[in-house]
Amino acid sequence: MKFAIQINEGPYQHQAVDSAYQFAKAALDKGHEIFRVFFYHDGVNTATRLAVPPQDDRNLTKLWAELAEQHNLDMVVCVAAAQRRGMADEDEMKRNGKDANNIHPAFRISGLGQLIEAGIAADRLMVFGD
Amino acid sequence: MATLHTVNKSPFEKNSLASCLSHLQSGYAVLLFEDGVYGALRGTTIATRVEDAVKSGRVYVLGEDFKARGLDEGKMIEGINVVDYAGFVDLATECDRVQSWL
Repeated sequence: MKFAIQINEGPYQHQAVDSAYQFAKAALDKGHEIFRVFFYHDGVNTATRLAVPPQDDRNLTKLWAELAEQHNLDMVVCVAAAQRRGMADEDEMKRNGKDANNIHPAFRISGLGQLIEAGIAADRLMVFGD
Repeated sequence: MATLHTVNKSPFEKNSLASCLSHLQSGYAVLLFEDGVYGALRGTTIATRVEDAVKSGRVYVLGEDFKARGLDEGKMIEGINVVDYAGFVDLATECDRVQSWL
């Protein structure tokens, strides 16, 4: 079965990013497909490559990036939510005249159309957040 | 035409579990996870409504989240089924759709 996953809350603040990760992992272990993971609202903060959580804590960006690499996941960050929170890839950095970028290469920035498409293409849309 | 309803809020913080229970239709399954697991405890102000939901349908609790909050399975409402994340995935596939009560 094809799943799409939407994450609305930020890492280390709410359980949503952890719950969604555990769900995605369990679904992939069972042989299901994840069509897309869409990071929305504060969920976009998961995509920073600059976070350095304590060594005895989980690194959610790394966990998602590793899962994405193993299973070729499409992980999309909402562009409007990202702009508000100072999250940018190289293109967004140049487009907005900024001097730095911070998106991990396992994630890509795109628009809400990607969430709608995921909702249509997947058999189930799982929403995690507040 | 079964719907899986997922509830992740404590019923003592938000009314999402109460709203969810008011919208159940035949063949439903309810999964309590994250802070929603507090809704699985006996003797609370919402327990009678959860017990009714157990009688006429299926109610599940995510075992990891229940244990993570130090809750005692002996205090869980009788008839609630404990699942892990693999069980969560199975529920989502068995039901025709999923409604997240955020």
